[in-house]
This record gives sequence, C-alpha cells and structure tokens, in this order.
Amino acid sequence: MELADIAIKFGLIIIIFLISLVVAMYSTYAERKIAAFFQDRIGPNRAGPFGILQPLADGAKMFMKEEIIPTNATPFLFIVGPSLAILTACIGSAVIPWGQDLVIGGKVIPLQVTDINVGILYIFGVVSLGVYGVMIGGWASNNKYSLLGAIRAASQNISYEISMGLSIIALLLVTGTLSLGEIAQQQHGWHWNVIYQPVGFILFLVCAFAETNRTPFDLPECETELVGGYHTEYSSMKLGFYLFAEYINMFISSAVMATLYWGGYNYPGMDWVTAHVGPVIGPLIGTAVFFVKIFGFIFFFMWVRWTIPRFRYDQLMDLGWKILIPLAIANIVVTGIVITLFN
Amino acid sequence: MSTFYFIAFLSIFFSILVISAKNPVHSILYLILTFFTFTIHYILMNAQFLAIVNFIVYMGAILVLFLYTLMLINLNKESEPVKPFMVKIAAVFGGGILAVALVSSLKSLGVSDPVVLKNPELGLVKNLGKVLFHEFLLPFEVSSVLLLSAMVGAVLLATKDPKEPKATI
Repeated sequence: MELADIAIKFGLIIIIFLISLVVAMYSTYAERKIAAFFQDRIGPNRAGPFGILQPLADGAKMFMKEEIIPTNATPFLFIVGPSLAILTACIGSAVIPWGQDLVIGGKVIPLQVTDINVGILYIFGVVSLGVYGVMIGGWASNNKYSLLGAIRAASQNISYEISMGLSIIALLLVTGTLSLGEIAQQQHGWHWNVIYQPVGFILFLVCAFAETNRTPFDLPECETELVGGYHTEYSSMKLGFYLFAEYINMFISSAVMATLYWGGYNYPGMDWVTAHVGPVIGPLIGTAVFFVKIFGFIFFFMWVRWTIPRFRYDQLMDLGWKILIPLAIANIVVTGIVITLFN
Repeated sequence: MSTFYFIAFLSIFFSILVISAKNPVHSILYLILTFFTFTIHYILMNAQFLAIVNFIVYMGAILVLFLYTLMLINLNKESEPVKPFMVKIAAVFGGGILAVALVSSLKSLGVSDPVVLKNPELGLVKNLGKVLFHEFLLPFEVSSVLLLSAMVGAVLLATKDPKEPKATI
C-alpha cells in the first residue's frame, strides 16, 4: 500500500469518526425537539437560534461536573465500563459502505474503510462486545440497582442477538455474501432487499431496538424500577459517555439497516444521474441519499420512543424467545423453499 | 513470526492471570482477554470465519453468561470454602505428577511436523462452507444432533416433574 493510499484511508477514518460524533451530538438535540413536538411543547430554544447550540452547552456541563467514584466501587473497572461502551460504539462504522467508489483524477477512492469478507459478522461481534461496557460498569459500581440493570442488559442482549442472527441468515440466503460492500452493490437501483425480505427486516428492526437499549426495550435503565439502571452511580463525562454511546449505536444500527435492507447508497435512476453529473458528484449524491435514509431511521427510533410505553421485563423475554425466534426460523425455511423452487 | 510469539506470550500471560486472580469476576475478565488473543491467532492463520465466530460465540455470548452467573453469586470472603491443609498438599502432589506425565508423553511424541495447507484460503467462509457441507457432511450433522440432544436434556433437567408435590414456601 502506498503512502497516498494510507493517507486517504486515514482521512476517511477521521471524517467518519467526526460525522458519527456530530450526528450523535445533534441526535440529542433532535430527540428533545421531536419529543417536544409530540408532546405539544417548544423544546430547547435558549442556547443560540432555535436552541441549536444546546448540545455544546450540554457537553460543557458534562465536562465541568464533579467526577465521583464511589468509595466501595472498583476504581479501574468503574472507568473501563464507559470507555468500553464508547469504544465499541465507534468501531462499528469501519465496515459500512458509505458510497460508491469516487474517481478523482484517475484515482479510485473507495468510500468504505475496509471491505472484509465477513463484514456482517464483524458488526455482530462489535454488538456482542458492547454489552461488556454496561456489565462491567454496572458491576463495578457496587450498587444493587446498577447490578440489576447490568444483568438485565446482558440477558436482553443475548436473547435478541439470537433472533437478529437468524433474521440475517435469511438475508444471506438471498444475497449469497457476507461482505457489506457486495450487498450494497447488489441492490443497484431499486432492487432493495426489503422487497425480498420484509419479515426479516421487521425482525431486524425490533432486535435493533433491543440491542441499542432504546424504548420500548430500555429495561436496563428503567427509572421507575431501577433509579438509573446501570449508570446510577455515574456522574460527569463518564455518564456522558454512556449516553453518547447509545446515540452512536443508534446511528450505526440505522446505517446497517439502511445498507442491508434499504439499498444503502442506491436509489432509483442513479445511473442516469451519474451519467449527467459526472463520476465525482454522482457517488456523493448516493452518499447523501444514504444519509437521508439513516436520518429517517433515527427519526423512527425517536418516534417510537415518544409513542410506545416500555415493556414489562417478562413481556420482553416472551417476545424475544416465543415470538421472534420462531418467526425468524419460519422466515428462513420459507426463504429457502422459495429459492430452491425458483432457481 | 514475531507477531505470533508476542500474541502467544500474551495468551499465556493472561491465562496465568485467570487462575491467579483473587476475584472471580476479574478472572473472567482475564479469560475474555485470553479468548481475544485466540481470535488474533486465528486471524494470523487466515481463518477469518473461525476468528469472528470465536469472537461472537465465546467472547460475546458464553463469557457474558459466565459473568452473569458470577454476578448473581454472593462473593463474600466469609462464603469462600476453606480447604484443609492436607487436601492442599495432596492437590500439589497430584498436579505435579500430572505435569510430569504430560511432559514425558509430549517428549516421546517428538517435534510435530507443521501441517502445510493445500489451499491457504481454506479459512474463508465460502471454502469452509463447501468443505463442511460436502466432504464432512455426516460428522457435521451428527455433531448438530449431539448438540440438540444436549439442549433437550438441559430443558428436561430444568423443568419440574409435574407429578411431584409442590414444595411449600
């Protein structure tokens, strides 16, 4: 690999990292504005025009607050918890294809950090690692509420990972590859996978809500039962990291859903547009379409949060084990039969 | 090669920490790190699928359940079992004899020949799937039946016998 290639990759990583942070930051603002809209309020409007500087004010507040490590906590693991949460949230974006290859001056620049041929499984690995941040932090706090939150997080993640994996298997039968780059390429134009796998998409969506700990599945931080859940004892930026990791996870899972099921950077009539505006602007329009899809999913996450109340814990487990897993297996069987009959 | 020796050193270092850590939760965390080094070993051998499955299944699922169980157990100093002195002596002798037996048997084997793969891309998903579902289809299916029977057995053990009278609390 030449030095120029390394520089390009490095620049791409920095840009993606910054974009995920900015999107996560403004998701907090969007969440409050959307919540205000659903509840017929105004929402934050003091910091800057329309309250646009509110995330910066929140960030400054988080950094200025006193840092407390409880006396009976395990100090090292207490710090490792939020660090691990934010780390796993940030590394997921490495395999997502953000757009078609750019061609600038005869040089091909792929808009994907790395296209490993087990891309989907890499995402799964990162998701399954994410639960350690919550578990270690909850245990190290030495607080019963935190511990209960951590245990809930662990069992919830493991239960929903199974149906998530099964819903992906049906998708793999259709695509025949594990690489996210190839899956995005196959959905050229309007051949989006959601047309072939509608049930699989709904299963994946429900599991994504559970894996990112969003309402109606935010049992690990259920404040009516557990005070603050796993982050009860946390203060200052360590709390900020936990909250921030949730928003980055939401962004990444929206990007994964858009790539796997909603065509990624593809849109109907993309060849015509690329032929007219050239090989630099064309792929960038595709990237913009991809981000529109991502923001649509983020809005959906927030819409659900302010519409549907939280599940009870036994209802959550019943849904995961007794409804989603059988449905996912049935989906695999039906997909397999259809593919065998028509090929 | 130097990467291999570094990672191998880390594997052994973390596995020693697993058995020497005082706190069981810490020892599980070291076990997670040990499994992570195993994942790197698989990647060095170009076995991507095995690496990522080791990562998801062992690091992501099984050890989470280990941690889950340990967090539910009361881990106070008082509840630690205290073994009598003679038992400790016997354990040291037993372990030493086992080590001698293992070392001598390994020595009689001689240095193993490193296996050279005919196809260095064997670890990739596509090739692995073809090998598993063509050449090794029968052993693969038999092992899946074995896992299924273990699962049924676990469910059977966990459910209460309906004929048994309910215990009064």
